Amino acid sequence: MDSEGLKALAVALSIGFGTLTPAIAIGMIGSRAMEALGRNPEAESAIRTTMILSIAFAEAVAIYALVVALILKFT
Amino acid sequence: MPEINIKAEPIFSVFGLHITNSLFTSIIATVTFLLIAIYYSKQITASKKSGFFYFVHFMFKSINDLFKSILGDNIKFFLPLVLSFFLFILIQNWFGLLPGVGSVTIAIKEYGKIVHVPIFRGGNADLNTTLALALISVVMIQFYGVKFLGFLQYIKKFIDLSNPINFFVGVLEIISEISKVLSFAFRLFGNIFAGEVLLTIVAFLVPVLASFPFIILELFVGFVQALVFAMLTTVFLNGAIAKHH
Repeated sequence: MDSEGLKALAVALSIGFGTLTPAIAIGMIGSRAMEALGRNPEAESAIRTTMILSIAFAEAVAIYALVVALILKFT
Repeated sequence: MPEINIKAEPIFSVFGLHITNSLFTSIIATVTFLLIAIYYSKQITASKKSGFFYFVHFMFKSINDLFKSILGDNIKFFLPLVLSFFLFILIQNWFGLLPGVGSVTIAIKEYGKIVHVPIFRGGNADLNTTLALALISVVMIQFYGVKFLGFLQYIKKFIDLSNPINFFVGVLEIISEISKVLSFAFRLFGNIFAGEVLLTIVAFLVPVLASFPFIILELFVGFVQALVFAMLTTVFLNGAIAKHH
């Protein structure tokens, strides 16, 4: 395999594996938020704010992988 | 396919200082920010206030209430800092979504050949901007920690020789302060730059209408990232000024 092919493979693998765990994390955050919302619906605004923040943190990990993939791809 | 560059390109230079397209857009965003601030402060004393004043006022009030739930009464010290972070990042992020940003190009000479680079590029799509914001945030956290706790009390968090475990925890605290800078900078840069790449690629795959939902998504992402930056600064500030025992 030549170096171009290896580079494309590295890009695909870095973004592919990098998004695995954040996907699980975001799913868990969402499910727990739904659970909390079902238990006490009047706390909706507080739960929504905290949920969006936690999702942003979990998503940041995927973004790091994306930055690595973009750097590999475009430099 | 258009050329996608990780780093911002210089478009002209002033006295040997290269002005990149990101810096150029940042300057425009800063001037916009300044004009809004001047307008707001003029309107405070006016007897008949405009609708825009009430809109900005409503935004300030909501942000104040949100951060008050974390900081309590200390909010009056920290609101100028976190609100500036929030509004500046928000304006920068949304400025990058205006039509023409990234698509209006200018011909410049680089290494002897003519290349076309965009005049405007979202300010936070350049790692230098986000790194500067992250450094300001972390330095201000240390500053307020020293101010509220006193120098000796605050430095005890990092250098504690009372027993080996505390010493090791202090080393970890130093590493965590450094990693805060990296995490702040890369989170903001990654989100905004990825958004720009996404919009470019979608516009080239399907030229008509398909970009629309993605622009809505990017508006939301820009807002959430500004909120996350300000919120994280607030949470870390709250940790830095809390008394240890």
